[in-house]
Amino acid sequence: MTPTHLSRAALLATAFVFTLAGCSSVNLDEQPPAPIVDSTATATKTGPDPRAVAPVDAQAGRTLDPLNDPNNPLSKRSVFFDFDSFVVKSEYQPIVQTHGSYLGTNKQRRVTVEGHTDERGGREYNLALGQKRAEAVKQRLMLLGVVDSQVETVSFGEEKPRGTGSNEEAWAQNRRADLNYR
Amino acid sequence: MSETIIQPASSIRRAVCAALVLAPVPLTSLAQLRVEITGVGSQQFPISIANFARAGQAAPAEIDSIIRADLSRSGLFRIIDAGGQAIAEDATVNLAEWKGRGADALVVGSIARLADGRFDVRYRLLDTVKQAQLDGLSYVSTAADLRLTAHRIADRIYEKITGERGVFATRIAYIVQTSPKSWELHIADADGFNPQAALRSREPIISPAWSPDGTRLAYVSFESGKPVVYVHSVTTGERRAVANFRGSNSAPAWSPDGRSLAVTLTREGNSQVFLMNADGSNVRRLTTSSGIDTEPAFSADGGSIYFTSDRGGGPQIYRMPVSGGGAQRVTFNGDYNMSARVSPDGKQLAYIGRRGGRLQVYVLDIASGQEVPVTDTASDESPSFAPNGRLLLYATQVSGRGILASASTDGRVRTRLSGPSGDIREPTWGPFIK
Repeated sequence: MTPTHLSRAALLATAFVFTLAGCSSVNLDEQPPAPIVDSTATATKTGPDPRAVAPVDAQAGRTLDPLNDPNNPLSKRSVFFDFDSFVVKSEYQPIVQTHGSYLGTNKQRRVTVEGHTDERGGREYNLALGQKRAEAVKQRLMLLGVVDSQVETVSFGEEKPRGTGSNEEAWAQNRRADLNYR
Repeated sequence: MSETIIQPASSIRRAVCAALVLAPVPLTSLAQLRVEITGVGSQQFPISIANFARAGQAAPAEIDSIIRADLSRSGLFRIIDAGGQAIAEDATVNLAEWKGRGADALVVGSIARLADGRFDVRYRLLDTVKQAQLDGLSYVSTAADLRLTAHRIADRIYEKITGERGVFATRIAYIVQTSPKSWELHIADADGFNPQAALRSREPIISPAWSPDGTRLAYVSFESGKPVVYVHSVTTGERRAVANFRGSNSAPAWSPDGRSLAVTLTREGNSQVFLMNADGSNVRRLTTSSGIDTEPAFSADGGSIYFTSDRGGGPQIYRMPVSGGGAQRVTFNGDYNMSARVSPDGKQLAYIGRRGGRLQVYVLDIASGQEVPVTDTASDESPSFAPNGRLLLYATQVSGRGILASASTDGRVRTRLSGPSGDIREPTWGPFIK
């Protein structure tokens, strides 16, 4: 409140006191004065404002889980690897980063990282190679603050190929680690 | 020979019964007839198997041709054409004439349908050099067991001639993928016939391994969404998860006494070899590398474990004591060797080696370190020794489809196994039964 407002309020208060003082001399036999109604009182009362308008979004009930929103970077859940490699390439770091942040702030979420390989080589050895890929992704996630109990690493080796041919195009699709939320 | 040798029906079990010696003919010493088996360069024994005489209604299985196929697949026999004539076991045979055709032994026999629908199968093994009977037996068999009867006769012949047990009546297990979403664990005769599904799943199954007593199979099933090791009783279908730890569980291998399983677990990070009791209890870690250690295989005496490790870069085979620690490298040729299996006598190691981009089955003489390729294909997997150590079963690819094949351990004879349609893989040869 500015000083000007203060002095104005003081003047009003003084005038009110004088008015009351003046009333005290009113003859009791005269008509009682009309009750004074404070018109500002309703504004401070609690309860719904009958003139309020609550905005409603018709789609509100169907808000997308960020994991299922195709526009959300979390919907990208595969990291692809070079032949015989377990190195998470720089182009896939943002994907791992996104999931790392999400899991870091959503500690109740659990994820399974599934390692896969192409068809070349032995099945059990490929199972172990796929595990190495899954572990590589897990180690990255943990560097981002994800805790061990949030991530299980498993491998499918060469058993569940995404690309079915026996060519580099198919193999490249199959050398990957998938993040599956539980 | 008379009808009296055939046992009454009530005493005959469903399985092949009553291997009865046909006649008391003095046997020639086995040692004199035994083929010297010395690996590459060994001689094949020339034998002729005449068509079996058929009495009455035709039998559903060709006994004679199954025996020929078995012996021929072993790599130790050369089949001398017997012509189309059938010779019954009681026929008079001019053995000198057969010797003249180049056969050192002759097999004759008959098959007759009995009144109750079963079959009476009789055979004799004759030595054309000594002009003497080596063996003579009669079997009563159901129609369903006629193939097994033929395999048992082939086993008798094999043992009489070589002095070693035959493996034709043993069984194999393997995985067949019938569609992109359908896997089956099959058990079949050693020649790939009579396949039966022990397990069907919509998720992958890999790495089946027979228990040493032939009653159970350990394997890896992905049915729960990750690899878990199960032990499965074949006759009852009872099964339980014995290794279902956090991470992946795989590569089960039985100890020779059947009490322990070596497995690969990732519960502590990367794939490492662990030992556990066959019921899944008492798990202890055996390897402690920072890379991959997997595919354990027990030595024949149970004292060591062979395994695949990438500790030196690419995968190579190593050996360590069954108590763990102190691993020694075993394979040195090529930059990629894996999937080791030890021969029943403990002297040889079979494995997959990659040389010049080809994945082939190799056999290593452990004492000398000598290595021999035994196949000429390029996508071999999963070698498995026959229980007598003379043959190897393995998976390979023909026109992009998985098939099973067997090879003699000297690489001389290779045979593609017949089998059901689908992509076949991961074979494992079962033990001798009784």
